[in-house]
Amino acid sequence: MDLSAISPALLFASLMVASTPILLAALGELVAERAGVLNLGVEGMMITGAVAGFAAAHASGSAALGFLGAAAGGAALSALFAVLVLWLRANQVATGLALTLFGLGFAALVGQGYVGLRAPPVPRPEIPLLRDIPVLGPVLFRHDLVVYLALGLVAGVWWFLHRTGAGLRLRAVGENHDAAHALGHDVRRIRLLAVLFGGACAGLGGAYLSLVRVPQWTEGLTAGAGWIALAIVVFASWRPWRLLLGAWLFGGLTVLQLNLQAARVPVPVELLSTAPYLVTILVLVVISSGRGRAALAAPGSLGQPFHASR
Amino acid sequence: MLTRRRLLATGATTATLAAAGLPVRAQGTEPLTVGFIYVGPIGDGGWTYQHDQGRLAVEEHFGDRVRTVYQESVPEGADAERAITQMVLGGAGLIFTTSFGFMDATVNVAQQFPDVKFEHATGYKRLDNLATYDARFYEGRAVIGTIAGRMTRSNKIGYIASYPIPEVIQGINSAFLHARKVNPDVEMVVIWVYTWFDPAKEADAAQAMIEQGVDVIMQHTDSTAPQAAAQAAGNVFTFGQASDMAAFKPVPRIASIIDNWAPYYIERVGAVLDGTWESHAHWGGIPEGEVEIGEITEAVPDEVRAEAEAMIEAIRNREYHPFTGPINKQDGTPWLAEGEVATDEQLISMNFYVEGMTGQIPS
Repeated sequence: MDLSAISPALLFASLMVASTPILLAALGELVAERAGVLNLGVEGMMITGAVAGFAAAHASGSAALGFLGAAAGGAALSALFAVLVLWLRANQVATGLALTLFGLGFAALVGQGYVGLRAPPVPRPEIPLLRDIPVLGPVLFRHDLVVYLALGLVAGVWWFLHRTGAGLRLRAVGENHDAAHALGHDVRRIRLLAVLFGGACAGLGGAYLSLVRVPQWTEGLTAGAGWIALAIVVFASWRPWRLLLGAWLFGGLTVLQLNLQAARVPVPVELLSTAPYLVTILVLVVISSGRGRAALAAPGSLGQPFHASR
Repeated sequence: MLTRRRLLATGATTATLAAAGLPVRAQGTEPLTVGFIYVGPIGDGGWTYQHDQGRLAVEEHFGDRVRTVYQESVPEGADAERAITQMVLGGAGLIFTTSFGFMDATVNVAQQFPDVKFEHATGYKRLDNLATYDARFYEGRAVIGTIAGRMTRSNKIGYIASYPIPEVIQGINSAFLHARKVNPDVEMVVIWVYTWFDPAKEADAAQAMIEQGVDVIMQHTDSTAPQAAAQAAGNVFTFGQASDMAAFKPVPRIASIIDNWAPYYIERVGAVLDGTWESHAHWGGIPEGEVEIGEITEAVPDEVRAEAEAMIEAIRNREYHPFTGPINKQDGTPWLAEGEVATDEQLISMNFYVEGMTGQIPS
């Protein structure tokens, strides 16, 4: 056992990287759910984004265009979902699951030509003095741009939801779509935009895997990250900052358990491996007990189809 | 233009052709349907990719006499039974299930369909219509363990392990024994990831090792993500696993263990066609060509390459067995005496680390 081999600074730096894909995907899903749409297709949108981003980056030689392509790919898939559930009023749960299955298969098909290829590197901003600060330097100032983008998005979503009129309308649509409709808000349009944002974010999260974290295209790349993202939204009680905490907790425990194993800490491996999931469940229990606020925090119209005639 | 009527007409033609084909079937030249159940996607660039290469070799070798079907990314567990059953009902006469975790599912389906032949990779449960086959990956591990022991500067070798089953433990022990043999200061850092294929997790495991000073990484998982992590870190060496992973030559990937299933698959499909198929337990390695060592790149010094090649030759000629005593278990109790060679029974039930390893095998 050699705990000194684990550097807390490096650990925190890896944690930020490891949590970025689920953070991005969960953030998008949070906005969609705040608008009252439950999209279980996060996994499918993520992997579509992963392959679309990889293809775009490979074709253009630019990682930035890759991420744009990923956002477009994820949004395109979510548009399909939006048409089905908002206009044709299909069941959201079933449609979301179908979207995941479709996305996985579609990505595998599209990705066949990209197996074993390399992606262009993602630029890392060279922050001259700050990056050399001991401890804080590696933790905060040596990441790629997407890590900062994800953090910025958390702040942006919080500001949008809680400090702007449009955010208020979005939440109103999610809380009670009939009331929002009666007030003259276009429920479907607002929901469409929220779903598209969710798809784009999931696509970005997927591309972070295929362009930065792994970085290459292989089938099944996301390996269930989309489901974790869905769980983290509930974990966060639909609040952006708590979402960040949840993503860090999950990503952090994943990285920590691998590091503890590498340091040969005599803790059963099974316990370490299940720790991220166990702690997530534990926190869920703690949050939802007592004042019973977790149940209240869920948007009132979440998952319900909307029709203007009612 | 493809109209609906045209589509129907095409369907009818196919049906007619199929009907016309019936008398031919009666003469016994009906193609044998050979099924493959894969644990990962074909595009994993590793384990499943190599099995699929074997499938393609079967198609090429037998041409019209066989038809192959496969299903990718079948989860290990209850759903595997459904996937295998579906393949049987689809007319498969011989089915290869290519992961350890399909063992019980394969046994259950094999008991229900005694006329269909099954082959399960890396398992140990057999029936009259269920054979097992495996490759002696530990022979390859001995070779890359030797290279790893010579190449490490930090004397820390990392091993990304999947599940604590004998096949994986053999690999860890074999690699460690041979790394220690050429470098007595070597330590082995093992991380169990409990998955065969999860690129992000494999990358994180590699990253954790690199941050803790590991500079040579081996993996018993199927994706190339650890190779990419090592490449990004620089100064870290890796080995291709299951497949050559040639995209990462000459560094970080300095050699590889390649599984070549084609000869075995061709032999067994041929046996079914000849009517000579029998259940057995097959375990081939470097001598049979089932385990190959991929190109050792120029990053490896000449004398180390020569040493590795000499070991490959010795194993191929059956002059050297990677588990030759004296070898003690981790707790110091003797396992193999001086000059004693491990039996296959001892190997397939291996559930302990050898002396010098730190850490514990999860139970």
